[in-house]
Amino acid sequence: MVNKASRPTDSLIGHDAWNIQLDENGRLKHFLTVEGLSTELLVSILDTAESFANINAQSVKKVPLLRGKTIANLFFEASTRTRNTFELAAKRLSADVLNVNISTSATSKGEILMDTLQNLQAMQCDMFVVRHNASGAAHYIANRVAPGISVINAGDGSHAHPTQAMLDMFTIRRNKGNDFGRLRVAIIGDVLHSRVARSQIHALNILNTGNVRVIAPKTLVPAGIEDMGVELFHDMEAGLRDADVVIALRLQKERMQGALLPSEQEYYRMYGLTRERLRLAKPDAIVMHPGPINRGVEIESCVADGPQSVILEQVTNGISIRMAVMSMALGRDPGTVQSEKA
Amino acid sequence: MNRLLIKNGQLLDPASGLNARGDLYIENGCIAAIDTAPENFSADQTIDAEGLTVIPGLVDLCARLREPGYEYKATIESETIAAAMSGITTLCCPPDTDPVIDEPAVVELINHKTAHAGHSNVLMLGALTTGLRGELLSEMQALKVAGCVGLSNGRHPIASTLVLKRAFAYAANCGLTVFIEPDDHWLSAGGCAHEGTIASRLGLKGIPVSAETVALARALEIVAETGVKAHFGRLSCAASVNMIRHAKDNGLNITADVSAHQLHLTEFDISGFNSACHVLPPLRSRRDQEALQRGLADGTLDAICSDHQPHEPDAKEAPFAGTAPGISALATLLPLAVRLADRGIVDIETVIRAITSAPAAILGINAGSLATGASADICIFNRDAGWQLDASSLHGAGKNSPFMGWDFQTRAEHTIAAGILIHSRAD
Repeated sequence: MVNKASRPTDSLIGHDAWNIQLDENGRLKHFLTVEGLSTELLVSILDTAESFANINAQSVKKVPLLRGKTIANLFFEASTRTRNTFELAAKRLSADVLNVNISTSATSKGEILMDTLQNLQAMQCDMFVVRHNASGAAHYIANRVAPGISVINAGDGSHAHPTQAMLDMFTIRRNKGNDFGRLRVAIIGDVLHSRVARSQIHALNILNTGNVRVIAPKTLVPAGIEDMGVELFHDMEAGLRDADVVIALRLQKERMQGALLPSEQEYYRMYGLTRERLRLAKPDAIVMHPGPINRGVEIESCVADGPQSVILEQVTNGISIRMAVMSMALGRDPGTVQSEKA
Repeated sequence: MNRLLIKNGQLLDPASGLNARGDLYIENGCIAAIDTAPENFSADQTIDAEGLTVIPGLVDLCARLREPGYEYKATIESETIAAAMSGITTLCCPPDTDPVIDEPAVVELINHKTAHAGHSNVLMLGALTTGLRGELLSEMQALKVAGCVGLSNGRHPIASTLVLKRAFAYAANCGLTVFIEPDDHWLSAGGCAHEGTIASRLGLKGIPVSAETVALARALEIVAETGVKAHFGRLSCAASVNMIRHAKDNGLNITADVSAHQLHLTEFDISGFNSACHVLPPLRSRRDQEALQRGLADGTLDAICSDHQPHEPDAKEAPFAGTAPGISALATLLPLAVRLADRGIVDIETVIRAITSAPAAILGINAGSLATGASADICIFNRDAGWQLDASSLHGAGKNSPFMGWDFQTRAEHTIAAGILIHSRAD
């Protein structure tokens, strides 16, 4: 008997997860994860951000690209920096911005999510910028919004934070040039819980970075991390050696409760980015951190504030990257943008 | 009085070694004869099984009916109809209803509703500990007298190994089988996916293989020490299959099952945060899946169950980790099982045994055979039906299935329980 039983799609990893990000012409519709996007698309995000960076440096920082569009910031999880830069980015593109802070402490998260979405759709928003503490929340929303609405992931659980990763790539490119192939990048810290690290790893690999390293204690590394294309180090000194870019991740205080680490002091002793340790990296290495910083936990103050630190530059670049992603997802070509005449 | 003739079917009964074209004569709820009509037999009803396969009715070791307590998900009525339409004549439900099956009154309630519904047979496992809280022993003898066929604590933890040991010893004392779903609660808590590359990429909290093997090792030691008859259900890891094989080789009196979806899906299927694939234990790696298939083929795993868990639509409406685990799986038990044979993974006799006589033996019931004198629990299926799974073909109340849209070949056409035709597909 010939068996014809088959599944509809013998899908590759994450096939469904990724293709919903692109429209039928392969252009960005939602920005949910960096994973699965092409090198060309990432480079075009960086190039677009570059054109916005010039505008952001001018005295009048506004362009009319998204005039008449409404962007809703849906933050189910507290955030200051990310929400502020998204808001600023939207306003500089002349969009109307609605900030919605929703507590997730209420009983049924699922119902609240759907109800909130339906209400906002009824207000005819064009874009949802979503932060949520559950991995997959942005995918969940993107799969359920009306066809005309774009969803930008501003951080979902431990899964992805694609705009953060892209602003980091932007910062690296501005400091180290276009050729990622010759770069050695070390990411230090709690990769297990970090959506930033996951998105950075994908972005670095898509941009063909020469060597991507993760430095972390065994309790803070997700299973099979090497399969994501990184070299894994548990020894800080070995991992830092000759790095061009050093990225320290934020350590959440609650990690001590889950028996993942004994104490902040011990973490600092083993994995703190000190001035002394930084000498193991290349002399011109840049130091990055997604913020907010725990001084004396993952990074020494003098390193965070030192000459190699580009941490505040990351914040500035966040606005350009978010302007780029928002305008691209809403189908506006920023090729000929100019700031409005004062 | 109700005499039934099933003619021209391919009779397939691994328990009695039967695999031949023939006629089946049913009288007084039992199989009266094969091929040669008993004296004075005149059929009240005749089923033409030309081109169809006739096997014993399916026995499903684990199906949640959601009643009492979760009637918004499904009811005994809705799920026993679905079972009948899926060729399942007997199913066994775990004790995690609300109230928990830890006292005879709950057993009686379910028996009453089942008898009233009048479709497939429903058997029950009683709670191993009161309220499934893992602290105090349930009144096991009372549960046995009320009709429970075994005891289980489901995936609810028993923290104290001493309590576990005493529960197993007392169950042995009552002559009851313990049904164990090995899970170390502290290793799996909060997890929703196989700890591995896929979960890591998706940022989902993983459940390591050790969550199953640690609990399995602990239980095996206590089973050996107490001598209780034990069944290990819903195994998901290659390492577990090896441990069961080893324990059986050492003469331990144990059996094991695997749920049908574990034989067909892997961790890759949760990509895209597909909540229909959110199950516990989680879908594991391809290597684990292949080991489960081999374990079934070589007899290490005795049975295939549905692990049926119907849900209301809202239960699957949330980001992945926030959704309720489980698959509405009665309708896919037979097609998924036979699909293993169609794909040459396991031979058809082994597959049919794993859903009929093997689970019947585990439950200690007189079912799962087409031998003369056996209870006439029968499933007649078309192995070349060519159909696609959609919401309507799931039959039951829950429409949560990752197999939606799959093309299948095998479909139950008629189901007979104790000589009564409880399902006939209308064409």
